[in-house]
Amino acid sequence: MTFYNERIETMSRDEMSALQSERLRALVKRVYENVPHYREKMKAAGLLPEDIKTVEDLPYLPYTYKQDLRDTYPFGMFAVPMEKIVRIHASSGTTGKQTVVGYTANDINMWAECIARELTSIGAHRGDIIQIAYGYGLFTGGLGLHYGGEKLGASVIPISGGNTKRQIQTMIDFGSTVLACTPSYSLFIAEEMKEMGYGPGDNKLKYGVFGAEPWSQQMRSDIEAKLGIKAVDIYGLSEVMGPGVSCECCEQDGMHIAEDNFIAEAIDPATGKVLPHGEEGELVFTTLTKEGLPLIRYRTRDISVLNDKKCACGRTTMRMNRVLGRSDDMLIIRGVNVFPSQIESVLLEFGGAAPHYQIIVNRVDNLDLLEVQIEMTPDMFSDEVRRIEDVEKKISHELDSVLGINAKVRMVEPKSIARSEGKAKHVIDNRII
Amino acid sequence: MVKQISVFLENKAGRLAEVTRVLGENGINIRALSIADTTDYGVLRLIVNDPEKAWRVLKDSDFTASFMDVLAIGIVDEAGSLSKTLGALQDNGVVIEYMYAFSGKSGDKPLVILKLSDNAKAMKVLAEEGVAVIDASEVYSL
Repeated sequence: MTFYNERIETMSRDEMSALQSERLRALVKRVYENVPHYREKMKAAGLLPEDIKTVEDLPYLPYTYKQDLRDTYPFGMFAVPMEKIVRIHASSGTTGKQTVVGYTANDINMWAECIARELTSIGAHRGDIIQIAYGYGLFTGGLGLHYGGEKLGASVIPISGGNTKRQIQTMIDFGSTVLACTPSYSLFIAEEMKEMGYGPGDNKLKYGVFGAEPWSQQMRSDIEAKLGIKAVDIYGLSEVMGPGVSCECCEQDGMHIAEDNFIAEAIDPATGKVLPHGEEGELVFTTLTKEGLPLIRYRTRDISVLNDKKCACGRTTMRMNRVLGRSDDMLIIRGVNVFPSQIESVLLEFGGAAPHYQIIVNRVDNLDLLEVQIEMTPDMFSDEVRRIEDVEKKISHELDSVLGINAKVRMVEPKSIARSEGKAKHVIDNRII
Repeated sequence: MVKQISVFLENKAGRLAEVTRVLGENGINIRALSIADTTDYGVLRLIVNDPEKAWRVLKDSDFTASFMDVLAIGIVDEAGSLSKTLGALQDNGVVIEYMYAFSGKSGDKPLVILKLSDNAKAMKVLAEEGVAVIDASEVYSL
């Protein structure tokens, strides 16, 4: 089977646009009637539901931000009564309240179909054994892939993350053919396998579905060689749904967006202007069919490029490139969201003005390491090494309590951090280079 | 009291050469130096002929540098005299944070630079012990 839902996956751009327009009209009416927050925002923009007739009218609608979800915490933006909500997920709340997402039975079903289509597009089918080593729980990774695998009719092993030895034993004994987890965990598994004396030929894996953290082409080649599989990138965020908003097909040439459910736009994050396809911008999603927590033009802060050309696999859906970065510089390190602004606020406590700093993320032995380089200021300097070490320890301790993860602090000489146009570049993420 | 200059240096090739180049080109003569280092960085401590100028030229070259008052003492050139002096300081509650020796001598006495917890008290102790505290101007011009 090449397609799970051939009609949707291969319809012409015009047909897709017509389908999206029809669903958009219904969505706008639905949120206007059921979500006071959206109604207020539309009123403030001078909009009535009937003003939105086609997808061309989308840019009239105001953006929705993570802050909107926080302001209405926990269930304020749900568009259905709680009796209709069958599942609740939440994303980590490192920088504030956690973000809560509710799903109706239809939402769970829609999500499962997205994943089932994507698994089909990489070549998986009924009879495949899918080992899901994403975490299960409030995090959407585990359960998202789980329901999709079942929907496809594959045999799902809900092993969740961790316990690598058992993970490997299960993979070999049960003959798992698909592995779903974070890319770094797949490499960790590969190396552990080698240590246990297994080669790439000892497992039956064919495909890997990897996401939830940034990774590079280099890492993909590495994983594919070590596990003897085809590795694809899957994208999603819990607010919009979870994994499966988009995913690569067997061509590994961009992630196909489930466009009958999600409209994607790329915008200039500074001006909010919609950019033409092919230009790098912040991804914005509108959920067309979601009932529990519908989102209108949700700002993801993820930077990518959209492409509406037909794929070699035969699908006509819009594709997005691997996420290139974040418009807010957010980093995901060991599953924790880290913002440069948090680091800056810590540094401000150690002197009048924040010193120049740079955040460097490296992946060493499959572990993400955070290093914060700080240019030495007269305030922090001392003729005694012990006192400099005290400052480093204090900063490190503060960062630890603010970020929730350990950071190595390294003092560097003034002006040694490269500046572009006078402004220091705050983040160097060596995981995606 | 002698003004010592401390300079922050990253532990990488060429940094020490760079500091000394800046000082040399500006006619600063180094009288004594010591380095305390860790894996990532070091603190270079300098006694120079013109501390004010040295600080200025280092700052202009984007180094982080600071002043610290230290004592220069001349000790009798015989076994046990340094130990005796340091013992006297310790007995009087003056903590020696670090010290290093000087390449020159004051008269026939070898010089030692001391960073102490309490300079005023140390001067008193040293006077009682008959240890010569060397005048800053003499140190700079040695």
